[in-house]
Amino acid sequence: MSIEKFLNQALSSWMSGDGPESDIVLSSRVRLARNLKNYRFPTAFSSEEAKEIIEKVYNSVKDKSFPGIGPLELLVIDDLQPLQKRVLVEKHLISPHLAENATHGAVLLSENEEISIMINEEDHVRIQCLYSGLQLFEALKMANAFDDVIEDYVDYAFDEKIGYLTSCPTNVGTGLRASVMMHLPGLVLTREMNNIIPAMNRLGLVVRGIYGEGSEALGNIFQVSNQITLGKSEEDIVDELQNVVKQLIAQERAARENLRKTSNIQLEDKVFRSYGILSNCRIIESKEAASCLSDVRLGIDMGYIKGISKNILNELMIVTQPGFLQQYAGGPLRPNERDVRRATLIRERLKMEN
Amino acid sequence: MFCQECNERPATVHLTKIINGEKTILHLCDKCAQEKGEMFMMHPGAGFSINHLLAGLLNMEQGAFHSAQSSPFYQQTEPHCPHCSMTYSQFVKIGHFGCPNCYDAFREYLTPLLRRLHSGSLVHNGKIPRRMGGSIHIRKSIEELKQILQEAVAKEEFEKAAEIRDQIKYLESQLDSYFQGGGN
Ligand SMILES: [Zn+2]
Ligand SMILES: [Zn+2]
Repeated sequence: MSIEKFLNQALSSWMSGDGPESDIVLSSRVRLARNLKNYRFPTAFSSEEAKEIIEKVYNSVKDKSFPGIGPLELLVIDDLQPLQKRVLVEKHLISPHLAENATHGAVLLSENEEISIMINEEDHVRIQCLYSGLQLFEALKMANAFDDVIEDYVDYAFDEKIGYLTSCPTNVGTGLRASVMMHLPGLVLTREMNNIIPAMNRLGLVVRGIYGEGSEALGNIFQVSNQITLGKSEEDIVDELQNVVKQLIAQERAARENLRKTSNIQLEDKVFRSYGILSNCRIIESKEAASCLSDVRLGIDMGYIKGISKNILNELMIVTQPGFLQQYAGGPLRPNERDVRRATLIRERLKMEN
Repeated sequence: MFCQECNERPATVHLTKIINGEKTILHLCDKCAQEKGEMFMMHPGAGFSINHLLAGLLNMEQGAFHSAQSSPFYQQTEPHCPHCSMTYSQFVKIGHFGCPNCYDAFREYLTPLLRRLHSGSLVHNGKIPRRMGGSIHIRKSIEELKQILQEAVAKEEFEKAAEIRDQIKYLESQLDSYFQGGGN
């Protein structure tokens, strides 16, 4: 497959990198967890219950076309090839749990891949809206609209006191998880991130790396999300998160300016070394690729590197994951072969720029 | 122990996951764990394992529960949900409920847990389902209208006030019929 064709098929609208504040905020996501009344949760339900849930939820959107979005397509997880499932996970359209463990899982997807409604994940329904840049309120609005569409057809499990009932008590109330993906190399380089994370926790927000394990954040990409779902309105939760994100953006910009003043040549050197690696490597592991991609993106944002589109970070972080690499190769690859394929893909993508 | 994925290298990484409500542990070697990790770690909070804040709180509870069980005064009165028959200790183990009714069945145990998880809040303050929450919506609208009414009266906008009074009367009659109809 040619790289142009591969990328055309691979990229979702949220990776386009043209949303507001997209030099720092890669994407915004809102997720609403909902369950149907009188059905057991996926932790305990029967196959019959599971099938009825899929049918009911599907019926609520079937044969409809939504303005600006079009119809939603139903994908039944058990009917998908392992590689197809993996690619959906790598695009953040379904969760690993739905792909691997859920019984009778399904997903409703919009063509632009901004809307994905998981069925029979941890909860019966998880409505997810994923937008490019900082667009939390837009995502909330859209998620609410689909919530209303589904609710016209099903009775939700709802308690007047504690709100929407969810399989895990960490989601009860609004069932809302709002999150943003941020590229914060400045705050990592200046070591300010270490102080910021505990401060965020005290505000009831969770910060973690999206790629990588434990505390490390591959590619300096962090996810900031709300922890509390009960006792506040959806708008307040999103508003509080958005305010903190705006402060983080300001801090990241200040850190970058500080670096330019104090270590301009060192930073420029770091950026161009990474650019050199990515343009010339023949074998590259995901960890090294992520770190170099982050450097190059920082170099583009700070004007050291010119003439390269800034969404190569968003794009390449996604498409250099194992599932995508195998799709690009047209078949299964062993881990060592993936490192070779990853290097090829990155070099070819960079060549497209010149 | 060997890696469950490749059966070649020794298992050094142990991942917990929940399948059909059963907690299972996956034993993997570094290389296979890294590969799985590439997939799983990119999507935090996906229900792959128990939320770690909740897990911490439940671990503390589990200890309390065990010491209660070993007490000579312990009686077999473990709370369980009449609808899905999940017991409270099963919930503590997997961190997920069996059905919406579990919230009622375990309500007294849940209060301290929800308080810890949601920074003290115990009352939902967000969206209400349009259809199902019909009566709640009506009551909220009446409250809102009453506030607007007060403002109108204060500003001596009597024509507007009369209109709002009619609206409130209409909503109150709707509320009555809602309850006579038995709700839904
Ligand atoms: Zn292995
Ligand atoms: Zn139950």
